[in-house]
Amino acid sequence: MDNKKIFKKALYTAFPNTIPVLTGFLVLGTAYGVLMLKSGYGTLWSVMMSALAFCGSMQFVAITLLTTVFNPIQAFMLSIMVNARHLFYGLAMLEKYRGLGKARFFLIYTLCDETFSISSSIALPEDVDRKYFYLSISLLNYLYWVLGTFIGSILGRFITFNTKGLDFVLTALFVVLFLEQLKKKENRISGIIGVVAAAAALLVFGTGNMVIPAMIIILLILLVGREKICC
Amino acid sequence: MLLNPLQTFVMVLAIALGSVLTRFTPFFLFPQKKDPPKLITYLGRSLPPAMMGLLVVYCLEGVSVTASPHGIPELIAILVIIAVHMWKNNVLISIGGGTIVYMILVQSVFS
Repeated sequence: MDNKKIFKKALYTAFPNTIPVLTGFLVLGTAYGVLMLKSGYGTLWSVMMSALAFCGSMQFVAITLLTTVFNPIQAFMLSIMVNARHLFYGLAMLEKYRGLGKARFFLIYTLCDETFSISSSIALPEDVDRKYFYLSISLLNYLYWVLGTFIGSILGRFITFNTKGLDFVLTALFVVLFLEQLKKKENRISGIIGVVAAAAALLVFGTGNMVIPAMIIILLILLVGREKICC
Repeated sequence: MLLNPLQTFVMVLAIALGSVLTRFTPFFLFPQKKDPPKLITYLGRSLPPAMMGLLVVYCLEGVSVTASPHGIPELIAILVIIAVHMWKNNVLISIGGGTIVYMILVQSVFS
């Protein structure tokens, strides 16, 4: 088989896994485009932000930063903090993304919550090429977000369909992929650690400040309990 | 207040740089030519379930338990997801079902 065929096959196999992300990103990307428009930033800016920064939650936070005093250092620091969870996604994907040539750059550049969730939870189908499978998931998710932003910034004002609650599709995606992880016995302790650490961090540090404390707690417990958690 | 185009562009780059940095750092620290230390391999394998758990809680952080509807729609939707997933064991059906239940709940039952 030539490369094109291998890629096509991987794309077909990967696509169903990304349908929830398609739904969620079209809704949230549209919402982002509309909010940017309301703050005075048109299609060019919102699509550029989505294509270059590609970091959902930080992009929403950044809308406020774009309508106040110019402070790129603050924006940079905040972006690192809000996106800090990517550090752990990277550690988790070191093995899976190993030796994938030029594709690796794109895979790392676009490693987001949803791509990490799918690529780390879904087993690679046997007859599908590893590089093109991961590339398909990353590429599709990336395009959904940029496309959603584009649609929102153009058509957002005319959309009247009641989409309230549709963004829950991404929460549902995370819940289901979490359940998929828990199917393996050796994953269960780590899964419970994640939920408990995050809940504790949320209780102590409150909404908007929980991610980094939760990551530190998870890291500490995983390191201290290394012998027992194993794998 | 609006930033001028140059300022806006610098802001986009600053935000992009921050997120790029968090994404590339692990791969930069542990280049693929060398085997990473055992501890890192261990973390790479044990982190995904914990991070998925964190993501679930992170998604729900804005849900208020004290104010109406007290997180009930979220709770019901997640229970539906778990039940459907145990029954059908199909990722898309579980996600779709849970989302539809949630939409009905927030649009008509708890609106």
